[in-house]
Amino acid sequence: MTNTHDIAIIGGGNAALCAAMTAAEAGAKVLILEAAPKPFRGGNSRHTRNFRCMHKAPLAPLVGVYDEDTYFADLLKVTGGKTNEDLARMVIAQSEACLPWMQAHGVHFQPPLSGTLSLAQTNAFFMGGGKSLVNAYYRRAKSLGVDVLYQAAVTHLELEGDKITRVDFHHDGSDRSITPKAVIVASGGFQADIDWLTRAWGPAAQNFLIRGTPYNKGVVLADLLDQGALSIGEADQCHAVAIDGRAPKFDGGIVTRLDCVPFSIVVNKNAERFYDEGEDVWPKRYAIWGRLVAAQPDQVGYAIIDAKSLDLFMPSVFPPLKADTLEELAAQMGLPQSTLRTTVDRFNAACGDISGFHATELDGVATTGLMPPKTNWARPITEPPFYGYTLRTGVTFTYLGLKVDQNAQCCTADGVIQNLWAAGETMAASILGQGYLAGFGMTIGTVFGRIAGRKAAEYAN
Amino acid sequence: MQIDLIQEARRQAEICNACRYCEGYCSVFPALHRDRVFADGDITQLANLCHNCQGCYYACQYTAPHEFDLNLPKALAEVRRDSWESFAWPQPLARRFHRHGGAIALATVLGFAIMFLAIRSMNSTGGTGFYAALSHNAMVAIFLPAFVFPLVSLVFGLNKYWRSVGGGGIRLRHLTAAMAEVAMMKNLAGGHGDGCNFEDEDRFSPARRHTHQAIMYGFLLSFAATGAGTVLHYVFNLPAPYPFWSLPKLLGLSGGVLLVAGCGWMAALKWRSDRAIGDASAWGGDFGFIALLGFVALSGLGLYAFGETPAMGLILALHLGAVLSFFILTPFTKMAHGFYRLAALVRNAQTQEARR
Repeated sequence: MTNTHDIAIIGGGNAALCAAMTAAEAGAKVLILEAAPKPFRGGNSRHTRNFRCMHKAPLAPLVGVYDEDTYFADLLKVTGGKTNEDLARMVIAQSEACLPWMQAHGVHFQPPLSGTLSLAQTNAFFMGGGKSLVNAYYRRAKSLGVDVLYQAAVTHLELEGDKITRVDFHHDGSDRSITPKAVIVASGGFQADIDWLTRAWGPAAQNFLIRGTPYNKGVVLADLLDQGALSIGEADQCHAVAIDGRAPKFDGGIVTRLDCVPFSIVVNKNAERFYDEGEDVWPKRYAIWGRLVAAQPDQVGYAIIDAKSLDLFMPSVFPPLKADTLEELAAQMGLPQSTLRTTVDRFNAACGDISGFHATELDGVATTGLMPPKTNWARPITEPPFYGYTLRTGVTFTYLGLKVDQNAQCCTADGVIQNLWAAGETMAASILGQGYLAGFGMTIGTVFGRIAGRKAAEYAN
Repeated sequence: MQIDLIQEARRQAEICNACRYCEGYCSVFPALHRDRVFADGDITQLANLCHNCQGCYYACQYTAPHEFDLNLPKALAEVRRDSWESFAWPQPLARRFHRHGGAIALATVLGFAIMFLAIRSMNSTGGTGFYAALSHNAMVAIFLPAFVFPLVSLVFGLNKYWRSVGGGGIRLRHLTAAMAEVAMMKNLAGGHGDGCNFEDEDRFSPARRHTHQAIMYGFLLSFAATGAGTVLHYVFNLPAPYPFWSLPKLLGLSGGVLLVAGCGWMAALKWRSDRAIGDASAWGGDFGFIALLGFVALSGLGLYAFGETPAMGLILALHLGAVLSFFILTPFTKMAHGFYRLAALVRNAQTQEARR
């Protein structure tokens, strides 16, 4: 059956499904090759939560207005200019039409609720999260006649001249090949290949945790780059945040995030502070702490709070370590006790008037004469019990990917590859060179998935 | 209460509280997100708020084979059933029926036997209609205690529930808020109105909500029919039998049809559902209960159809026997869940108000 398909789509997440549904609606016979088994289908999309969407007027569940220029300005802020403006503006402009299309394909949105109200204007939240979106899309794709093979790991795309002529994959214990008219790559980055990460990052990467799917090993990406497909983004760039050090190696997802840092002091394994924990509100600082922790010995950090701060942030998935004295906590965390005591005493002595403390705004409650300083929420750590969390670097996605044009088409130095398109994380660096904007990955995946599906179907028909 | 069941539900609730993706589905998650630590009573309350719509299970990124192994609908279903068993009074009956359809069948046969014996031994004093088989006074003598006992038992159980979840003084507004949710069965609508995931994996469908509504309204109509008959008998001195165009007949007929259809549909849906996303140990008891309730309604309709034939005596004994067992078993079978659900929704209205 697998040789009767017009289009093979590699990957089974949001971008792949958007491409599959669009191509099937245009009359093409589509096969999805998903590396994961069914319970883990959907790549990193299963861990996502929302979709960043431009809208010129209120667009349920989004309130107010979020115009193209504001959206683009938000993007520039996080990418530091590493943005292809034409492609970025195209994605932004097309996002508005995506939201009703998503609803028509089975996605349920909900108004932003606890902890996400600040995003009510910009981000539409999936009811139940990304896995429910993925479920809805698989259901719709099936009704459109799309075939899906799970545990189908693509090993090679044969590039002859300017065409992909063969797709090799491993499925059900045997090596198989198909010859579809068109191919869409939507198989994400390479962050689950720790060896590749280590080559790009150095040995520190061995200690990184991977927040998403263990199936994004970048096999197809590497295979295409080897054959001369043009790349975009740097291999040593990845989106990394500081997460709970006790998280699983892979697939820990959203629950492993820790929001305690602004109310804590963070020390390394030598019990020394290394950065201003109160630099900015946490959502803005969330992403830099992955790199900060990665630069510490053994790539580990320890956040310490006291009793008065415990209820100020979202609960953690694992309970914190708890002790009545700092010495006891240090012992539990394997930190040198006397150094931790000195660090905390020095920090406490540098704290001043804390009457202006305000948990949710930059309150200017800062240390004086301390290096590094803590510039907001600096309250002495004095009130037992004391709580400790381990922090490790959690990689969300890598940036190195396939360079595409506005048609989602891949290319070599000789020009476009006639029958190869890419969508989703695997080409996102074409738009997002560094940094991250909440919900923008799903926007890129949806917009480019639909483009890739349409173009591939036009070609195949 | 079984502490291991509560502990497992607590483990899962703490993971859910760090995620919060499911907030929109039902009343459980907003209630769960209000707390950081969960006392046993909090878990009991969450368990009784959960309507097993399974939306959160299919949306969950952490279900097996993920190492977090979340299955919140199952964990809460087990705590829920255990809570009903633990709170039920008297205790020797409490743990027999939820998990044993066979016990329900046995109790029903016992009900049949009692009614046959009653009809045979208590000679009717020349009444008409059904009273020709069993006099009105004999029926009252049997069914008044059979009706009062479960009510008393439920009051005991609900009182224990209320204390365990730390419920406060109940105001009319708490009751109206809870009743409004029951009337619409809002927690089976899936948050978006497309219903729950039940009979076909992650497909949303209103079927389970509609079967519940058919059964609940069918039961209430049937109950109203009995109430109307009682009023006609005692207040207006109009004893049965009643003609077609009378309140007891119209209410009873429509209620009976709804109940039979609802129970049949419910059994069909449940048969197709995934047992692993609920309390698998209650599977037999649940089917036993659905069968008993369906039989009560079916035999009631049978009486309407064949009440003028020689078969009436037989059908009446079967019907009254089933009704007898149904009443007596109410605090110990799935029937109790409606009362505990209502209590949980009243409690939820209280806590929502307190947090405002």
